[in-house]
Amino acid sequence: MPRIKSVAPILFMFLLPVAALAEEGIDSRINEAIKPYADSVAGFIFSSFPVAGVPIPFVLAWLIAAATFFTFYFRFVNLRAMKHGLQLVRGDYNDPTAAGEVTHFQALATALSGTVGLGNIAGVAVAVSLGGPGATFWMIIAGFLGMSSKFVECTLGVKYRNEYTDGTVSGGPMYYLSKGLAERSEKLRLLGKLLAVMFAIFCIGGSFGGGNMFQANQSFKQVVAVTGGDLSWLADKGWLYGVVIATLVGLVIIGGIQGIARVTSKIVPFMAILYVGAGLLIILMNFSALPSAFVAIFDGAFSPEGMAGGVVGVLFQGFKRAAFSNEAGVGSAAIAHSAVKTNRPVTEGFVSLYEPFVDTVVICTITALVIIVTGSWDPSVDPSQGVALTSTAFESAISWFPWVLTMAVVLFAYSTMISWSYYGLKAWTYLFGESLITDIVYKVLFLAFVVIGSSMQLGSVIDFSDAMIFAMAFPNIIGIYFLLPVVKREMNEYWADYKSGRLKKFGKAANRA
Amino acid sequence: MEKSLLVGIDCSECSQRALEFAVTWARSTNSRLLVAHVIEWSPFSFNTPMENEVRHKRREDELVRARTEIVDPVVEGLRARGVSAEGLVRHGHAAQTINQLARETGASNIIIGRKGASRIKSHLFGSVPSMLVQIADQPVTVVP
Repeated sequence: MPRIKSVAPILFMFLLPVAALAEEGIDSRINEAIKPYADSVAGFIFSSFPVAGVPIPFVLAWLIAAATFFTFYFRFVNLRAMKHGLQLVRGDYNDPTAAGEVTHFQALATALSGTVGLGNIAGVAVAVSLGGPGATFWMIIAGFLGMSSKFVECTLGVKYRNEYTDGTVSGGPMYYLSKGLAERSEKLRLLGKLLAVMFAIFCIGGSFGGGNMFQANQSFKQVVAVTGGDLSWLADKGWLYGVVIATLVGLVIIGGIQGIARVTSKIVPFMAILYVGAGLLIILMNFSALPSAFVAIFDGAFSPEGMAGGVVGVLFQGFKRAAFSNEAGVGSAAIAHSAVKTNRPVTEGFVSLYEPFVDTVVICTITALVIIVTGSWDPSVDPSQGVALTSTAFESAISWFPWVLTMAVVLFAYSTMISWSYYGLKAWTYLFGESLITDIVYKVLFLAFVVIGSSMQLGSVIDFSDAMIFAMAFPNIIGIYFLLPVVKREMNEYWADYKSGRLKKFGKAANRA
Repeated sequence: MEKSLLVGIDCSECSQRALEFAVTWARSTNSRLLVAHVIEWSPFSFNTPMENEVRHKRREDELVRARTEIVDPVVEGLRARGVSAEGLVRHGHAAQTINQLARETGASNIIIGRKGASRIKSHLFGSVPSMLVQIADQPVTVVP
């Protein structure tokens, strides 16, 4: 591995000055300087209107309304295509002569590693604490609705991707917004271009923030917590953590050392399974508490007692955390899904149903159940302490589990950063063109933000970047509304072929049929 | 249709004995030899988005390399000796893919060499010949 040896020190040396700046107390100055702008942008995107006395952020209503509309428009594709989605993931329709191309499973797994992360661990704890057990119910409903949003965006992502002459592919909302709308009507060409540019700008912002600084910041907090809290040797060494993580990210995205990413991408699913397994174990250990937990979830969902805002308040907490976790409607996953090899774009839509399903309906629900059956939820929790709460819940049953959880948190954060660096880069090159220089500029900025995220107390910067991820949902969903008929046509044609058995199965699946 | 035998090779030199066995057999039965090489690949691996983006291109490169460096030299060598031969390259799980290729081409027999891995190693990692013997639809000849 001579390349690691040559690249790592360069990255390290470059990143240290960024850390040094953080040590100078520059963070509070940056924070002060940026706060008014950050607050107004975040304030605008998360601006809320009251429903039954509960302030509902507009972006959340926007996401849920779209997901609900898509669910009805495609006549519950989220449920009725699940069986077929599984067949596709399993490879029943994989043509053996196309072996070696990106399969449905691989595209799904790659997209999942970008979404499974802190939201599943930290966000859920906050939802259950602030919304009570009933929030779990609404979280699951939001997960199912989000499946319809993913279906649409991933179908479009594949349909309008760019396939270059050298065989590489690039896809995502930038392309379906610009190409798709132009194809619909000449009058929409300009709007499509505008939406695509807006999306790309927000996506770059999101890739520096929610997909980067937030991950670095939160994972560092958990590392400090598990190594002794304020007394930890690491407590004031966020810069060191940031430089190490940024170097590891840099080795992959600048050094091109895919080995590390490959190792991580193999450990992450393992950690996810371990997390779900440990969660199930704890639920089984508290088996006697399970019936009352389910009663609490249903009662809390429809007739919460003593919860701020009543049903709407609970619903809000559940929906919010589901949307934060699975990013359905945001458009990010469409970038990852569009690398798949298929000549029927809608197949990837069916496969992508499993992304919110695994992320929200399975993993988030496990976290929620663990917190409920162990009685760890705490209505007075500070929303930034979500990881700690989940950690305590697991610790109450398995004393050493916080260490495993910390490893999971760091790895999830790392793989989310790798994914988001890719999403951001795609948006960046869409705006500035593909060249070595633009490429490097983005990547260097990305690494600098890793260090900034873990070493500075930039509350408002993080709010700002969080807002950016959700801002992506505006151009994305506006464009999707125009493109719905395209998806519907693709879906109906395909579904007719599927139902009449015109689709060719291969391998064992062909023998079964 | 002309009878054909499928012989699986790892690299152009290392499956010599299996190949010689196949040549003798092909000559005596007047069969065509299908020289198959499998590039180890799983449809269920976990990749980074960057890997997925260039996957199509990399696959083409892998296929070209396997053809020019492994299969083609063998096929040319066989043809030079007057044996009717054809090369096949595909991605996948070695044993399953060899069986699949035999099925698609209608080969009547599969011939494969073995490395003689230790018991522990073959227990841990499995061996291509032993798995092929378990799953094949056609008779398999394992050449030591």
